Amino acid sequence: MRVSYQWLKDYVDIQISPRELADKLTLSGLAVDVVEELGAEIENVVTGRIEKIERHPNADKLVVCQVDVGQGEPLQIVTGATNVGEGHIIPVALEGAKLAKGLQIKRSKLRGVESRGMLCSGQELGMESKLMSSDMANGILILPEDVTIGLDAKEVLGLYDSVLELDLTPNRGDALSMIGVARDVAALLNTELKIPVPKVEENQENINDLAKIEIEDPDLCRRYVGRVIKGIKVGASPIWLQNRLRAAGVRPISNVVDVTNYVMLEMGQPLHAFDYDKLANHHIIVRRAKENEKIVSLDGVERTLNPEMLAITDASGPVAVAGVMGGLDSEVTDATVNLLIESAYFHPINVRRTSKALGLRSESSVRFEKGIDVNGCRRVADRAVQLIQQLAGGSIVAGTIDQFPNPIAEKTILLRPSRVNWVLGVEIPKQEIFRIMESLQFRVQEQGDDLLVTVPTFRPDIFGEWDLIEEVARMHGFNQIPETLPFGASTQGVRTPEQQMNWDIRNIMISCGFYEVVTYSFVHPRVFDLMNLPQDSKFRNAMKLQNPLSEEQSVMRTVLVPSLLEALQKNLNRRAQSGAIFEISRVFYPQEGQPLPEEVPVLAAVAYGNTQKIWNQPARPMDFFFMKGVVEQLLEGLGVQNITFSRHQDPSFHPGRCAKIEANGQILGVVGELHPNVIENYELPGRAVAMKLDLQALAQTNRPVKQYHGLPKFPIVERDLAVLVQQEVLAADMLAIIQKAAGSLLQETEIFDIYQGSQVPEGYKSVAFAMKFQAPDRTLTDEEINDKMQRIIKSLTAQTGAELRK
Amino acid sequence: MEQKLRNLSQEALTALGAAHTPEELNDIRVKYLGKKGEVTQVLRGMGALSAEERPKLGQVANEVRVAIEKALEERNNRVKEAQKEKMLAAETIDITLPGNRFGLGRLHPLTQVMQEIENIFMGLGFKIAEGPEIELDYYNFEALNLPKDHPARDMQDTFFINPEVLLRTHTSPVQARTMEKMVPQVPIKIICPGRVYRRDDDATHSPMFHQVEGLVVDKHITFADLKGILATFAKQMFGPETKTRLRPSYFPFTEPSAEVDISCFNCKGSGCRVCKGSGWLEILGSGMVHPRVLEMSGYNPEEVTGFAFGMGVERIAMLKYGIDDLRLLFDNDLRFLAQF
Repeated sequence: MRVSYQWLKDYVDIQISPRELADKLTLSGLAVDVVEELGAEIENVVTGRIEKIERHPNADKLVVCQVDVGQGEPLQIVTGATNVGEGHIIPVALEGAKLAKGLQIKRSKLRGVESRGMLCSGQELGMESKLMSSDMANGILILPEDVTIGLDAKEVLGLYDSVLELDLTPNRGDALSMIGVARDVAALLNTELKIPVPKVEENQENINDLAKIEIEDPDLCRRYVGRVIKGIKVGASPIWLQNRLRAAGVRPISNVVDVTNYVMLEMGQPLHAFDYDKLANHHIIVRRAKENEKIVSLDGVERTLNPEMLAITDASGPVAVAGVMGGLDSEVTDATVNLLIESAYFHPINVRRTSKALGLRSESSVRFEKGIDVNGCRRVADRAVQLIQQLAGGSIVAGTIDQFPNPIAEKTILLRPSRVNWVLGVEIPKQEIFRIMESLQFRVQEQGDDLLVTVPTFRPDIFGEWDLIEEVARMHGFNQIPETLPFGASTQGVRTPEQQMNWDIRNIMISCGFYEVVTYSFVHPRVFDLMNLPQDSKFRNAMKLQNPLSEEQSVMRTVLVPSLLEALQKNLNRRAQSGAIFEISRVFYPQEGQPLPEEVPVLAAVAYGNTQKIWNQPARPMDFFFMKGVVEQLLEGLGVQNITFSRHQDPSFHPGRCAKIEANGQILGVVGELHPNVIENYELPGRAVAMKLDLQALAQTNRPVKQYHGLPKFPIVERDLAVLVQQEVLAADMLAIIQKAAGSLLQETEIFDIYQGSQVPEGYKSVAFAMKFQAPDRTLTDEEINDKMQRIIKSLTAQTGAELRK
Repeated sequence: MEQKLRNLSQEALTALGAAHTPEELNDIRVKYLGKKGEVTQVLRGMGALSAEERPKLGQVANEVRVAIEKALEERNNRVKEAQKEKMLAAETIDITLPGNRFGLGRLHPLTQVMQEIENIFMGLGFKIAEGPEIELDYYNFEALNLPKDHPARDMQDTFFINPEVLLRTHTSPVQARTMEKMVPQVPIKIICPGRVYRRDDDATHSPMFHQVEGLVVDKHITFADLKGILATFAKQMFGPETKTRLRPSYFPFTEPSAEVDISCFNCKGSGCRVCKGSGWLEILGSGMVHPRVLEMSGYNPEEVTGFAFGMGVERIAMLKYGIDDLRLLFDNDLRFLAQF
């Protein structure tokens, strides 16, 4: 809503500047986005009349005008404009004038002829083309003939004005009008609100002899008021009216249409003017449209209606889509002489649905959607015919057709000042609350300690006491309310163990060199193919968006790794040499028979390339063992015990380089090198690794409180052992065999070398272990250790075919 | 003989003065004080002296020996010191070369801001609540006083799975779920951080973004309390001089509703590029929980009241870090992420 400051002054006495007013409005609920100063750049432009036009002696496309600007001698001005003629009143930029976009006018010579100013177009005066009629928008702005010359053109064009652009909240439909805004302004400034009272001079005819109106569906049309005015002459509106419409952002069209728009802007009630003579039988029926009923709306588009929509019809069919747009057939044209004016109340939700269904939003539908004043329809119709008569002549037919089957009474609400103060945490005296209510045009009666408030129907947003408390709060001023802290039982702010775990995970991951990313939860359905998932993979069962922005974002992800691969690939494209990234997010598994999916928090990480190269150390490749190390470090850091890795098949991973991660027998996730197909699908330049962890499972894993063991008092004995085994023998198996064979005296075994090459036969590998023995109660003897070593070798040999390396 | 001893002493001390290495010092020690050393030799020759001369010369010889030994030790210390200094000088490295870092990754700026917000509210006694991202229309809208066809639904363009299931457009449904679960107990004091989704994608809107919602419900919670909590939060998040300003607004689930501005931390309120000249930055929406929302969750609004607030994490991160393009937050460019 664009509010002209000057226009607003018709209804309320304003002594503060537009900017101060804007601040007050913003802080009381009508947010002002921008204060636009019209014509701020324009200086020294006056109205003038072209007395004479002569050919330019040296140029075909220029003419030389003598322009009377009311300063005695006419000014000689050269122009290239083609739309001007002798006798035209036009804005003239004098020497030294300033125009829009910083243009300055100086005395000059054009092709040898002196020019002492410039004839101006609307655009040069800062007016928007789309708000000017088509003949005005092209060429010099030609003003009405009755405009006096020598006047300040800014005055004439209403450019000494500021426009407050309101960004209204959806509940404040009442402020979609000048009077609605003026109401808040009057309350804020504690001053009187002046509402124009229409005076209608009627002729001798009776409207009931000329027209008939019926409402067939009163649930969608609560009230329909019609008035008829005859013998009008359609033409251009006077300049003051055009100026006001332009300030409001509405393009002037003709006096009749302009009045309906003007009254809508003034009072908030959309109006429609029908060409009376084009209404079949002069009979209006308001009814639900029939299936597939057609109407060509004012914008020339054929619309197909259905019974969900309300139509204004005449004997032959729809003439308007109720509250949304009129029909082309009954449109007011230059030839129109008689009018039927509609001022009605249509059901907000129905208008909203219809306007959405037709994809048609209009100034009218916006207002009906928010609810207009059902008790104002008649006054508005009177205002409209009065203004039309004033501007277009004609005579107003006596009487009003007013179909209002179920009149709506005003609500009364009990407002307890004690409640106001309780909810707001303030102490506003009852008399002040009384004053605020009355200043907003509510009627108030005292009832003991409380107030009985009558809510006018122009405030359909007020339902109960709570809404009135808000009115008090915003008028009292939010910033007058003190700041306190809640008083009551103290509460403890703590994270749940799961929430804390997620933060711990993040911290460990960044310590491992990983960058956290944030990717969209919706993905392209193609990712399942890119991830090499078989057709029957359960991960392909994903929730689809009904109205995605693009296919790229159309499926709620069931796997997180693809989004990371995409992010990685983008970075590699940007010439990153390597990348290690992770994300914690939810994946969504649809659940049979449930409306909502299971949402499982997961961690995924991917890495490509080498760790950062340091000048004195070689870079480490981020390979399988790097990623496995990250998983180990992460799980150990979280206090997870009994972690095991076992060979695993996952279609997204390399079949020989993939492990299932378990703790205490519970599956936590997968780590591995990505399958070559996946690498290829994501156009990665080489091998990459990934891991994924189910954080729900991880949170459920037993993470016992650590128990202290006494520090060893007796020395550690270290022994190394190297054996030759077949390549397929797993390290984990060998470690388990060693531990079992050696028993509890063996504290720790580490693999410190794996060797294949010369000295080792084909298909074999040499594995070297470092073992630490220790007893809690004595120093171990060589015999004891030797015995353990023998047992270890024997077990390894028996179970893996290992051979001792000498 | 005495003269000879004194000459030897002089000679030894001079030699010591010229010695620069432990080896040279050792040679000197052997030459004068060793078993076959010159001083030793003189002392051996003392047997030939008379009983009167012997103690006298013995004393001299001892003095000479002690003097040489002392000088030797001193010299030795100095040589060692010089050698150490030389070694240290030789071992000087370029300490401006980079250290061997472990390669620290970074948390995403959104996560960092989210963590900061969580920590502030935890300090104020708030618990952290979570809820589904794919949500029922009921919790996302209806339970929040937004029935179907409510014009305010236009404020939040929604992604639907089906007519009843959608991607939550705000974290507010967690409010409704929490109240439904807690009723009739009070107090409730939660914040709900998380991802939300709106069908909007342009320079200033991302179809997925993050919010932190807050809710307090108790026997007597006032609008003044809302102001107090938000002012405290703003001071902790943006600095102790931060001022807050509330402007009336509209959300269907709160009333009175307010947009909350903080004084611009960049210009301290005088107007700059960051605040577009206004001196204020809008950072969150808030209000008193609408009585109908309380009722729908089973509370009696005559007995309990509450307030709620919600903020966009992206907005705060952009303000805090001076990020001028929303899309950077979801582009995951490592050169961007490495800056935080």
